[in-house]
Amino acid sequence: MLQATGLGGLAWLTPMAHWLGRAQEKASAHTPAKSVIMLWMAGGPSQLETFDPHAGKTIAGDTRAINTSVKGVQFAHGLPQVAEVMHELTLVRSMVSKEGDHERATYNVKTGYRPDPTLIHPSIGAVLCHELPDAEMDIPRHISILPGQWPARGGYLGSQYDAFKVYNTNGRAGNITARVQPKRLDNRLAALKQVEQSFARARRADLDAKTTLHNATIQKALRMMSSEQLSAFDITQAPAKTRADFGDTQFGRSCLAAIQLIGAGVRCVEVTLNGWDTHANNHESHVSQNAILDPAFAALIRELRARKLLDQTIVICAGEFGRTPEINPASGRDHWPTGFSMALAGGGFRAGHVHGATDPTGAKLEANDKDSIRVADIHTTIQHSLGINHAKELMTPILRPMALSDGRVIKTLLK
Amino acid sequence: MPSEKIAPPLWQRNLLFAVVCLAGVGAVVSNLLKSNTMAAPKHQASHYEKPVFRTTVDWVDEEFASEWKKAGLEPAERADDLTLIRRLSLGLTGTIPSLQEIRALEAQPEDERVQWWLSHLFEDRRTSDYLAERFARAYVGVENGPFLIYRRRRFVSWLADEFEANRPYDKIVSSLITAEGLWTTNPEVNFVTVTVDQNEDKKGPDEVKLAARVTRAFLGVRIDCVQCHDDHLGDEWLQKDFHQLASFFGKADMAISGIRETGKPYEFKYRRQRVPLEVPTIVPFQPELLPERGRPRQRLARWVTHSENRAFARATVNRVWALMFGRPLVEPVDEIPLEETPENPYPPGLEILADDFIIHKFNLQRLIRVIAATSAFGLDSKMPAGRTPPTLEHDQHWAAFPLSRLRPEQVAGSIIQSASLTAINADSHILFQLNRSIQQGEFIKRYGDIGEDEFYIQGGTIPQRLLMMNGSLVHERIKDDLVANAASRILATAPNDTKVVEATYLAVLSRRPSAEEGDYFLHSLSQKGFLDRKAKQADLYWALINSTEFSWNH
Repeated sequence: MLQATGLGGLAWLTPMAHWLGRAQEKASAHTPAKSVIMLWMAGGPSQLETFDPHAGKTIAGDTRAINTSVKGVQFAHGLPQVAEVMHELTLVRSMVSKEGDHERATYNVKTGYRPDPTLIHPSIGAVLCHELPDAEMDIPRHISILPGQWPARGGYLGSQYDAFKVYNTNGRAGNITARVQPKRLDNRLAALKQVEQSFARARRADLDAKTTLHNATIQKALRMMSSEQLSAFDITQAPAKTRADFGDTQFGRSCLAAIQLIGAGVRCVEVTLNGWDTHANNHESHVSQNAILDPAFAALIRELRARKLLDQTIVICAGEFGRTPEINPASGRDHWPTGFSMALAGGGFRAGHVHGATDPTGAKLEANDKDSIRVADIHTTIQHSLGINHAKELMTPILRPMALSDGRVIKTLLK
Repeated sequence: MPSEKIAPPLWQRNLLFAVVCLAGVGAVVSNLLKSNTMAAPKHQASHYEKPVFRTTVDWVDEEFASEWKKAGLEPAERADDLTLIRRLSLGLTGTIPSLQEIRALEAQPEDERVQWWLSHLFEDRRTSDYLAERFARAYVGVENGPFLIYRRRRFVSWLADEFEANRPYDKIVSSLITAEGLWTTNPEVNFVTVTVDQNEDKKGPDEVKLAARVTRAFLGVRIDCVQCHDDHLGDEWLQKDFHQLASFFGKADMAISGIRETGKPYEFKYRRQRVPLEVPTIVPFQPELLPERGRPRQRLARWVTHSENRAFARATVNRVWALMFGRPLVEPVDEIPLEETPENPYPPGLEILADDFIIHKFNLQRLIRVIAATSAFGLDSKMPAGRTPPTLEHDQHWAAFPLSRLRPEQVAGSIIQSASLTAINADSHILFQLNRSIQQGEFIKRYGDIGEDEFYIQGGTIPQRLLMMNGSLVHERIKDDLVANAASRILATAPNDTKVVEATYLAVLSRRPSAEEGDYFLHSLSQKGFLDRKAKQADLYWALINSTEFSWNH
């Protein structure tokens, strides 16, 4: 602190001091992000009908492209509002993975690892909560709103790192309201204490603290049930105009809740939008899906910026894979893990940047192509910009040490 | 409005309502009437009274006794019968005993109760269904698997049929390894088709995944760690051991008529090799047990299940032990050394149980009976008054029964069962069963399944506690409802408050209340206050269901 003031005081004397001051400013811009919002596009959106249109080419079908706020970058026509915030986004158009099955690919993109029969890897939010603990929170720090079929998990870190699942955003999250009046709840808890005393007799004194965590967890649950932080789940108190901006959809409301939760100190919120598995009628389905995604995603970026939360929050909009350039006989597109798109924003990610390109004729990208980014690389880069040492190894229950992620940091994606 | 056109006239609706109500009352009455008429199982003492059965159990007991002596531990005392049958029901059916079953058990002679209970459970389809699901996790995992060519449900139900018939376990495993044909008509084929990766260019089942499943699930050997390279840090296996085993599945291929032996031999490119080469079919140990002739998968099946391939028997003993204790004898459940060493000896009981399993032709029900009869299984998880509580060392050496957290389906099953006075099994009304499976599915999703990672002990979580304290399943099952819920029926039918509290404890915790608990709840029921008796009874249920005791096996 003293040093900083000293330099500030000397700034007018030498160009060197000026330069040092700038360096400091730059360093503070690099303060690691501390939270993540994952917009999960379950089913695997088509890159061609979202962030990587090849308008006019055979593979596009009749999908048109629109301009974005960044010169030379185009989106498919269904995303006009997101196009206006492209200057805040980092767009990767050259994602590759080896997983073409929904469940395996979801696991892959959420954890950064391919499925392994010997252990379950933690999702990005679980890693974040584990590496950046915070004792002040009454509510869970890892949350999945509208959880899909395979919500984020704690894996080998333990089920206490699983995402807390929230099924609606109209008021209080599920199961956090007692079914009875406080006085009667006290009665119930007194009765429970009686039964617990009976069980604890003739057992280890530290059984609850070290093994079952049963009563310790009940205390935490009760603390959560009466916490003021719960209001972050409730979007009904937000201004009507703000709510309208996100779109009148479950997904839109959940995105607004995600911002409130991040603002309250939650580390990671996952919001799922189902319905991207368009093996039939790909184009029509994408029109309706985009209509839900577009206002919500754009409003999320604008609102995070307005609340000065964008620099400390990494936003990821991704599905488990993309869809085939070829259109099948049912007017659908099938699974395509070799060249799909992922949009990122905030944290240390470069704003208005596009990385990689797919082939206009629809050829596969290979993992070792120059611009290809593997799923593990994205995880490593995200962890890096969260200030997490991705190479750190944790001991897993099967006694095999495991790095937090095993990709490389893609420097060109970062500021 | 279109709905008005199809709505029946009011009198018809009223009639319908009356019929439904009458049917409900009928169900209550018939349930109440039959409450003491549970069908008796075909229980034959010959299952467990033959001298050789007793001898096996004695030998296992001796090994444990000497282990405890060596560790300087005095074991816990024998648990009471109700505690033991609760363990067996949770391990074998995934739920707790019903009040009616407890009454039937208590009518049996004391020294026969545990084995009588097993006779009862082996006749109950819930047992084979549940065991099949638990074994299937090791065989095919919990994933939905490849679209169209994999039917997990059909596979599990086939496995349940096999267990119900008590088909020798080596025969079951052989069927899996050698399965041919279509996944629909020959359900065992799903063991093979689950490994098909529909997005890889290679068609047909994945030899590598199959080799990993076979070694882990059937032999308790983790050889797949050397899949990619030799481990130079001292692993006993070489990379070629793994791929030579995988090669037995090389010819298994996907044809129009399902899985057939028509494929090309398995090829693999080791490092330093320029092109993939055909890999010979060689087993990683005890090569003398491998038949020289036959189709590759048949030869492999004969080798895996050979009576001298002790790894097979040990792996099965370890898994069955884990299902019954909530924790395997050797951890992790699928990694047992092929030989013991002075520094790393086998745990007590393992070799004797493996011998008994082999000699008795891989009879799973017998294995379960033997384990249930051992003194280790019979131990209490706590100490009697006046003794120091069991330590972690007691747990470690099986000198007290280890505590393990119930799996989500066990918790759900127990909540639903506790709300019914009779067992909810295959004999129950289909609506009860259907309702159970729907409620159970929703509950499990929220409680959090831990997937294949079955025997890893961890503490409870906040969402679990919230779900139990405030969730709808518990709320629905404890609220005042004379038709659906045992809580109300106990209150309405028990002759006095002492019996109310006792029956409630038996239905929820499978035990009677302690003197203090009895006093506490009797006082609470009789006291005048702001709650009526029905509410108090619901609160008693709530407290018992929310206890550590309910959520843990002990």
